[in-house]
Amino acid sequence: MTLDPRNAALALHRFGFGPKLGSTSGSIAAIASDPQGALLAELEVPKAGQIVNPNLATSGAAQRTGFEFAYARQAQMVLERRRREAAQAENPGAGNAMEDKPAEAAAQANAMTPPRRNFLDEAGARINAAHNADIGFVERLVWFWSNHFCVAGTYMAGAYEREAIRPHVLGRFADMLQAAEGHPAMLDYLDNAQSIGPSSDEGIVRNRGLNENLAREILELHTLGVRTVYTQADVTNFAKVITGWTMLPTRDNPEHGGEFVFNPRMHEPGEQTLIGKTYAGGGVQQGRSVLADLARHPATAKHIATKLARHFIADEPPPALIERLTFRFFETEGDLKEVAKALVTAPEAWAAERAKIKRPSEWVVATRRAAGRKNINTQGMVGQQRLLGEWLWQPSAPTGYSDDNAAWLSGLKLRLQSANTFAQAVAGDVEPRELVDATLGPLATAETRQAVARAESKAQALTLLIMAPEFQRR
Amino acid sequence: MRSPLQATTIHAATRRELLRGSGVLFAWAFVPRLARAEGRDPRFLTIVLRGGLDGLAAVAPVGDPDWVTLRGNYALTLDGPKPGLPLDGFFALNPAMPNVHRLYQEGHATIVHAAATPYRERSHFDGQDMLESGLPKLGAVDSGWLNRALAGLAPSPDAIASHRKAFAVGPITPLVVRGAAPVLSWVPPRLQPVSDETTLRVLDLYRHTDPTFAQGLEEGLGAAIIAKAGGVTEARPDVPDIPGAGGIEQVRAYFAEAAGAAAKFLAAPEGPRVGALAFDGWDTHVQEGAVTGRLADLLGALDGAIGAIKTNMGDAWNETVVTLVTEFGRTARVNGNQGTDHGTGTVALLLGGALKGGRVIADWPGVKETDLYEKRDLKATTDLRAVLKGLLRDHLRADERALAADVFPGSDAVAPMTGLLA
Repeated sequence: MTLDPRNAALALHRFGFGPKLGSTSGSIAAIASDPQGALLAELEVPKAGQIVNPNLATSGAAQRTGFEFAYARQAQMVLERRRREAAQAENPGAGNAMEDKPAEAAAQANAMTPPRRNFLDEAGARINAAHNADIGFVERLVWFWSNHFCVAGTYMAGAYEREAIRPHVLGRFADMLQAAEGHPAMLDYLDNAQSIGPSSDEGIVRNRGLNENLAREILELHTLGVRTVYTQADVTNFAKVITGWTMLPTRDNPEHGGEFVFNPRMHEPGEQTLIGKTYAGGGVQQGRSVLADLARHPATAKHIATKLARHFIADEPPPALIERLTFRFFETEGDLKEVAKALVTAPEAWAAERAKIKRPSEWVVATRRAAGRKNINTQGMVGQQRLLGEWLWQPSAPTGYSDDNAAWLSGLKLRLQSANTFAQAVAGDVEPRELVDATLGPLATAETRQAVARAESKAQALTLLIMAPEFQRR
Repeated sequence: MRSPLQATTIHAATRRELLRGSGVLFAWAFVPRLARAEGRDPRFLTIVLRGGLDGLAAVAPVGDPDWVTLRGNYALTLDGPKPGLPLDGFFALNPAMPNVHRLYQEGHATIVHAAATPYRERSHFDGQDMLESGLPKLGAVDSGWLNRALAGLAPSPDAIASHRKAFAVGPITPLVVRGAAPVLSWVPPRLQPVSDETTLRVLDLYRHTDPTFAQGLEEGLGAAIIAKAGGVTEARPDVPDIPGAGGIEQVRAYFAEAAGAAAKFLAAPEGPRVGALAFDGWDTHVQEGAVTGRLADLLGALDGAIGAIKTNMGDAWNETVVTLVTEFGRTARVNGNQGTDHGTGTVALLLGGALKGGRVIADWPGVKETDLYEKRDLKATTDLRAVLKGLLRDHLRADERALAADVFPGSDAVAPMTGLLA
């Protein structure tokens, strides 16, 4: 059997989280006999991509915890303010204990509150999944889809990823779409939870109306793609279709606040027409029908294919690859496992030069694997990726984190500083001379090999390795 | 990373107070029995300078007739706008080190020159392993000579606990202080910032292999477009051509903080007595400078660190020996990038109130081409192990046979240097 260490290394960096030092299964050597086969095998692992952990809170529970904490703190602040005002009233002109404020604020920012605990638990589960994976192809797919269907500014982000994305990562796109768009995290993030049909009872009585945000982003970002087949009228009509898709308010509902509910009183009655098709009126099913059709639309197939190719392969992906993925998506009706197979069996995917740069979240995990870390500090890693511009589950826009190289190249200086910090912490356990072969193998340039060999300290050797272009690129 | 010890001073405290205040379980005052019997409480701190310190640039042989020919414009001399600080008529100290100079004049600094370990290759990793392991040749290493020395000392009867811990500052415990004797370590809140050395090397790698990355990093560093190796073409006059300009302040701060903290720990009545830390950045292949420039900046930062040690040691300074060692020296001549490459003989700096100092100890080999090792390096005429053995024996009262058998195995032929201590 001929060994192909170069493609093995490529498989790990391009489709996974990089080789793991000291690992028997996550290494270049382990998959060199059949890199493509190793990737395909990861797709067949039962429950691939799932995180089953009874200790992690459901999205509803996370929402309630967050809300309760914030509310309790607000009550405290009110009490504190009243106390100060009372003290002032009794003793006008006396100084008050305002000096504590900055210290208090700083302490609060670092405190382990219940919502922060939830966040770190979820982050830890995700990061460990990536760290412990052999190659990590399925986890990379989860991260891709989570960014595609991104949410932000919600206590529910981690739970959302587990509940809406992971179950469908190798399932059907239509199912993931339904799960994501119907999830309270998404409904909250893109304001649909407050969108009211103008002719609905709520709309009439409270004189409130539509919020088009989610409808637009579903068409523009999640399915058809920008400037394809839909018009402004379609956006508005779609917004009407999904009115009533909301969540139980947390304030009034200590047991089920934060959970999905379809509220017929908010729903715009009657049939709606979009993209040339009329959807009969009728509750939540109207929206589900639209989503099902969007999932099947050829424009969606092309849009998803392009995004996948752009994420894994190149900013301007080879047209042949996009075609290949589009057809596979379309003919399998969005079978994401089949599309993933098509990706890693496409010759273009292997031939493409290594033009993409790893996003901070991927690079941070790759560095721990490269250094052979057994125990990882997920809090530190979350902090590091945030510093590098990819705050976990907090993208600044519904487009999610960019997949264009240009967005990340200006962050190289920060990567250097954080690489240096990481290397100083762990290099004592690393043998620099093993590093290049284990981590890059045939992908290493002679210049990188030499730089690592000539490093003045182990820490510098590790820094140079993880900053090397071959390590930074996919 | 938060340090376990936030207080800026460690006042004399009972064991319980220290425990409660810092939350860190200290190694209890471990004072070697023999030293204690003499009424002493010696401290020993080793600082490893990683990268190969250019001994000739730190301490220049100004009295050597061939010196200026050898190094030309880079030769430190006693005249000129930035003269070297005179030591003993033959040697002068780099003017970046006024604290060391003052200590020298007070008799609290000794410089050993043309010294080296037995290592004669040029790899940093191997050189440092040999420097820190104390072994006579390369091989698997898992402990350092300082740890083995500590493990071999018998504690005094009034040592407070049976723990005998070595002390290390920094996130990575240097090999020199790893081994059977357990290690207490303290991590400074700020880690060593990215050195100019590292930044330059990354940039250099990018320029040779990935222009897009080079551009991305350069823009991030705000550096002017710099020409390829060989010369600076478009440096902006207000911005030095060093990437990460301004970073030297961070380096100074880190050095002073790490060294100062080590001193506080060692000075504390109930703290450890033996410790080590490491500073990176000394591998000056490119644009080393001489009395100014990159090496001088580093030496200045080191000088500041030494000042911080003396201050924080307080009265314990009189019981202290600090040794600064490096894996090898550098080429006698400057290379094509205004720097130096890996060499052999170099300096070891000894500082502390316990020393009989104010001397430069050197069996000077000369710097004519025929005097140089392999016609390129300052020859090593003193085995560094002799210096270390002498210090361990006379300061910590380590047993001489144990020094030759366990601490520096295979060093029977290397006699401990005498007369180093007051």
